[in-house]
Amino acid sequence: MCGIIGVIDRHRELMDGSTIRNALAVMDERGSGEGSGYVAYGIYPDYADLFAFHLFYDTLGQPKTQVEELLENWGMIEHDEEIPTCEQPGMRKVHIPWRYFFRPNRKLMLHSSTPDDDIVTRVVMEINTTIPGALVFSSGKNLGVFKASGWPREVADFYRIQDYEGYIWLAHNRYPTNTSGWWGGAHPFNLLNWSVVHNGEITSYGTNKRYIESFGYRCSMFTDTEVVAYLMDLLVRQHHLPLNLAVRALAPPFWDEIDRMDGHEQELNRAIRLIYGSAMMNGPFAIIVALEDSIVGFSDRIKLRPLVAGTHEDRLYISSEEAAIRTMEPAIQDIFMPEAGEPVIGRVIA
Amino acid sequence: MSIGTRPLRFLVDLDHEQCMLCGRCVDNCSYGVFRMENNRILISSRNCVACHRCISQCPRDAIRIEERPVDYRNHPVWTAKAREDIYKQAETGKILLGGMGNTLDYPIIFDRIVLDACQVTNPSIDPLREPMELRTYIGKKPKKLDLFRDPSGDVQLKTEIVPNLQIETPIMIGHMSYGAISLNAHISLARAAAASGTFMGTGEGGLHEAIFPYQDNMIVQVASGRFGVNIDYLSRGAAIEIKIGQGAKPGIGGHLPGEKVCGDVSCTRMIPEGSDAISPAPHHDIYSIEDLKQLVRSLKEATEWKKPVFVKIAAVHNVAAIAAGIARSSADAVVIDGFRGGTGAAPTVFRDNVGIPIETAIAAVDAKLRAQGIRNEVSIIGSGGIRNSADVTKLIALGADAVYIGTAALIAMGCRVCGTCYRNLCPWGIATQRPDLVGRLDPDEASVQVSNLIHAWTLEISELMGAAGINSIESLRGNRDRLRGYMLDETMLSVLDIKPVGA
Repeated sequence: MCGIIGVIDRHRELMDGSTIRNALAVMDERGSGEGSGYVAYGIYPDYADLFAFHLFYDTLGQPKTQVEELLENWGMIEHDEEIPTCEQPGMRKVHIPWRYFFRPNRKLMLHSSTPDDDIVTRVVMEINTTIPGALVFSSGKNLGVFKASGWPREVADFYRIQDYEGYIWLAHNRYPTNTSGWWGGAHPFNLLNWSVVHNGEITSYGTNKRYIESFGYRCSMFTDTEVVAYLMDLLVRQHHLPLNLAVRALAPPFWDEIDRMDGHEQELNRAIRLIYGSAMMNGPFAIIVALEDSIVGFSDRIKLRPLVAGTHEDRLYISSEEAAIRTMEPAIQDIFMPEAGEPVIGRVIA
Repeated sequence: MSIGTRPLRFLVDLDHEQCMLCGRCVDNCSYGVFRMENNRILISSRNCVACHRCISQCPRDAIRIEERPVDYRNHPVWTAKAREDIYKQAETGKILLGGMGNTLDYPIIFDRIVLDACQVTNPSIDPLREPMELRTYIGKKPKKLDLFRDPSGDVQLKTEIVPNLQIETPIMIGHMSYGAISLNAHISLARAAAASGTFMGTGEGGLHEAIFPYQDNMIVQVASGRFGVNIDYLSRGAAIEIKIGQGAKPGIGGHLPGEKVCGDVSCTRMIPEGSDAISPAPHHDIYSIEDLKQLVRSLKEATEWKKPVFVKIAAVHNVAAIAAGIARSSADAVVIDGFRGGTGAAPTVFRDNVGIPIETAIAAVDAKLRAQGIRNEVSIIGSGGIRNSADVTKLIALGADAVYIGTAALIAMGCRVCGTCYRNLCPWGIATQRPDLVGRLDPDEASVQVSNLIHAWTLEISELMGAAGINSIESLRGNRDRLRGYMLDETMLSVLDIKPVGA
């Protein structure tokens, strides 16, 4: 099942984490208390131009030494500290959450047009696949993921998310099937500035994984959700597709609809399906993806998972449940159900 | 004759109580098993090939055919086949010929792979009530989409996509030449391809003018003999296929026995009547991968870059690297023909011993092309021993874009797989050029049977996809996570890159 919710304020006005905590808890029926998580954008203004790495350490010995050595090889750690937590009755500190503010040394990736991002991607993949006892679960700028096994309120209070203020928030209430109780298995999933919350199961995972791996990404998290982040990164950052067309590649119109389109529109949609057929995601899903300046929510092509959206003043809300949106904004009037596969996009203004 | 008579392959028996002496068996058997004398049917069992034409025509079910009524003394090494092959070669000093595909008892990997279905955590999709997309585009695709904004701010397409073949089912009909099969068989298959929204290969026998009405659904073949190839032929096809090799006989060229080269075949192929048409083993203008590239580009140049060019190879040990070379040659699709592929005539030593199974070949080719980042450069068409819709589905999940069927389409027209295609006596009118026999195959009926088969398999593939929660074939292609190996060893699982059942 799983419940998801996201919000963006188009003037980058900051919201603390307390309301989304309550909204996520409204959807406890959709979860099982084995995984909850939040991501907020705009929370590290003092380090806004550095990559904020959030890691889980099993111990502070060997894994931490190895990670820091790797980071120092690829750039500079400007600041690091344990992420403040507050143990809850139902939640023990199974891993030690730690954060680094990291500046990559772009001279080490001269051949690349996006050296910083490539270094960070590489370091994240290397830590997650080769250093036992360490897991990077957040690696963007001025943003951070907070997740663990537990109910939404417990996890929120564990990280004291009411102390963080962001202009974009995503949150996820998990009902796990693949990896129960594993903190890394909770959502949001993040790479660079991409964050994803996902309700569903991707039946095309094998196809998507093989496709994305041929572009050098490595699927290492044992969850089908990470592939969404990598696909968005490939389509938007590397192939420069606008957000709405990237979503169209992942949840494209049916051929019947394309055949009925006008010349130019038909040509474009046919090209998207031909070129990005292996990126198409099948199976039931509702997904919200966030980037530093936008969020986009969309469902699978036949809407096998719920997705509802609403706007109020400067804010766009997207969620599995209308009740969750109303919990965040009781005064909201404008609530709507997006069509299957149709993206709902919210952007900040400048 | 020191070797003497060997035991019968088949014993034909007639129930004289049942027999009403209608004589249909006598008329229908092209191998001369039956004759009528003094109001009694006499039988020469030794001529029987078990083509079952008599069985199909007998109104009283009076005929019985028994395989090997008297066998050799049982021996695990010196099987009947081993002994008989030696007898034949001792007598003739020749290479043994056979029709149809591989006859050795190799394990079939398809039957050790199982498919997945959804339960609870994700819903299966009902193809009766929801759209299910099997449309496939065969050809080269750009690696990425390039766009630009026009002055009015609209997003416009900068990428140009070269011509692809659009098929409405992943099942295509493979190359069987006019010559190897009859004109009526060719017409039937061509009509079925057109009716099913798919394509059919001409084989290397040229294009008879009776097929011209279906040319938009034909893939014309250029093989090492270059039979029937001219600019008119190339221009008529929807695509062109260069045949380097075939699964039934990797490393050697085609064989069409002179018996089958009748007047019409000789005209279409542009060879003398009655002469054996033996294609050279290699193309004599292709001695390296660069030469292949030149031929691909020459054919494209000759047809103004309007037609996709495919390259067909037999599945041999190094198939993945060869396919990677082909992907760089400007070719639009690579056809891989597995070692179970059928044939009208092949040396049995090749048919039974050379090449690898299509399941492993497709897995290896798909993996190699992805590792080199060139999977988009070519489509992959798999063929050779595809017996049903499950085989098709499994092959696509292993990485193929589409499949060619050959023997299955012949069986749909009545073929009983007797394996005697090279004798020009096919009593079903399929693998023969004898006008009286060819006349037995009615294209009106046979084309419907073949399109029924494609339709039925397509429906089954839709159901299998729906059960797996997939509503578009793109999401099945290369989706090896939806396959599991049953009783396959670890090495084979790693070649196929699939998990074992339960994992």
